[in-house]
Amino acid sequence: MQKIWELFITFAKMGSITFGGGMAMLPILQREVVDRKHWATEEELMDYYAIGQCTPGIIAVNTSTFVGQKVAGALGGIAATLGFVFPSLVIITLIAGLITNFSHLAWVKNAFAGIQVCVCVLIFNATVKLLKKAVVDRRTAVIFLVVLVSSLLLNLSPVWFVLLAALAGILLKNWEVKGA
Amino acid sequence: MILPKLFWEFFKTGLFAIGGGMATLPFLKNIGETTGWYTYGDLMNMLAVSESTPGAIGINMATYVGFTCGGILGGIIATLGEITPSIIVILLVAAFLKSFRSNRYVDRAFYGLRPASTGLIGAACVTVFLEVLTGLRLTPAGLGGFLNKVALTSGSLFNWQRLALAAVLLVLTNAVRKTRDLHPIVFIAVSAVVGVVFRFAGA
Repeated sequence: MQKIWELFITFAKMGSITFGGGMAMLPILQREVVDRKHWATEEELMDYYAIGQCTPGIIAVNTSTFVGQKVAGALGGIAATLGFVFPSLVIITLIAGLITNFSHLAWVKNAFAGIQVCVCVLIFNATVKLLKKAVVDRRTAVIFLVVLVSSLLLNLSPVWFVLLAALAGILLKNWEVKGA
Repeated sequence: MILPKLFWEFFKTGLFAIGGGMATLPFLKNIGETTGWYTYGDLMNMLAVSESTPGAIGINMATYVGFTCGGILGGIIATLGEITPSIIVILLVAAFLKSFRSNRYVDRAFYGLRPASTGLIGAACVTVFLEVLTGLRLTPAGLGGFLNKVALTSGSLFNWQRLALAAVLLVLTNAVRKTRDLHPIVFIAVSAVVGVVFRFAGA
C-alpha cells in the first residue's frame, strides 16, 4: 500500500512540473524514475517510452501506467496514472473557472483572439514535425494526403480513418513482403 | 445525461488518438461539431491554456473540454474516460511486452497509422486556420449529410492583422535561431499582448 501511495505522489509531482507533456516529460522521468527511485533502468524506460508512443492515448499517461505496473502491478499502474493526471485536473479546473468569470471583458476577448493566432501556428509546427517522422516514402505520403483531404471534405468520425489506415498499413506491408 | 456521453466520447478519443496530445485534437473537434457543446474558437482557447499550464497537453485538454461541457464533474469524467483505454491497453501490452515489440502486424499497422494520424491533425490545422485567419468557415454536414461546406461568414476574406501576426510567429518559431527553441508559452503571451494592443477581437 505504501508503494501505491509513493507512486501516486511521485507521478503527481512530475505531472505538476511538466510543461508540454510527451517529449518534455522524458528528462523528468529519467531523473525521478531511473536516478532517484530506481524503479526502472534507462533501457526499460526507453522501451516504455517507445511503446507509449505507438499505443493509443497520451504518451505521458502510457509511460506512467507502464512504470507503475512494473513497480506494483496493475494497481500500481492505475495509481501512477491517476497521480500524473491529478495536478492537471486541479489546475485546469481552477483556471477554467476563472476564465469563465472574466470572458466577457473586452481585453480578455482581444487577448484570446491574439492567442488563437499563435495556437494556429503551434498546431502547424506540430503537424510539420510529425510529418517528417510519418511520411517516409511515396505510399505514406499518399495516405497522409488522402486522410487530410477526405477528413476535410467528409463528415466522418476520425475513428474510421484510424481503423482504415491500420488496415492499409498491414496490407501494403504484406504485399511488399510477398513481392520481395 | 451528459456525463455518460462525455465518458464515452473521451474513451473513444483515448482509444483511437495515436501519437500523443495533439492527436486528440481531431477527435475533440469532432465532438464539438457533432454535439454543439463548444465552437472551434472555444477549442482554440482551451488548447492555448492547455499548452501554457503544467501537465500533458492531451490531459489538460480533456479536463478543460470536460469542464466546459459538464462542470467540475465533467472535467473529471472526461479525463478518466481518456485515460481508461491507455491503462487497459498498457496493462495488456506489459503482459506480452516482448511479443508486442516484435509483432510484425503491430509494426505494419503503424506504417499506415502514423501518416493517417498526421493527416487528421493537418485537417484540424486547416480548419482552425480558416476559422481564425480568414472569413471562411468550414461547416460540418448536418445529420444525414456527408459533404462538409465552406462559406464566407464575415465581410472580408482575409484578416490581415491576424495573418501578419501568424507570419511573424511562423518565422520566429522556425527560422530565427534565437527564438525558435523558446517555450510556446512565450509566444502565447506575446500574442495575447498583440491581441489586446491591436484589438484583435474588435472588442
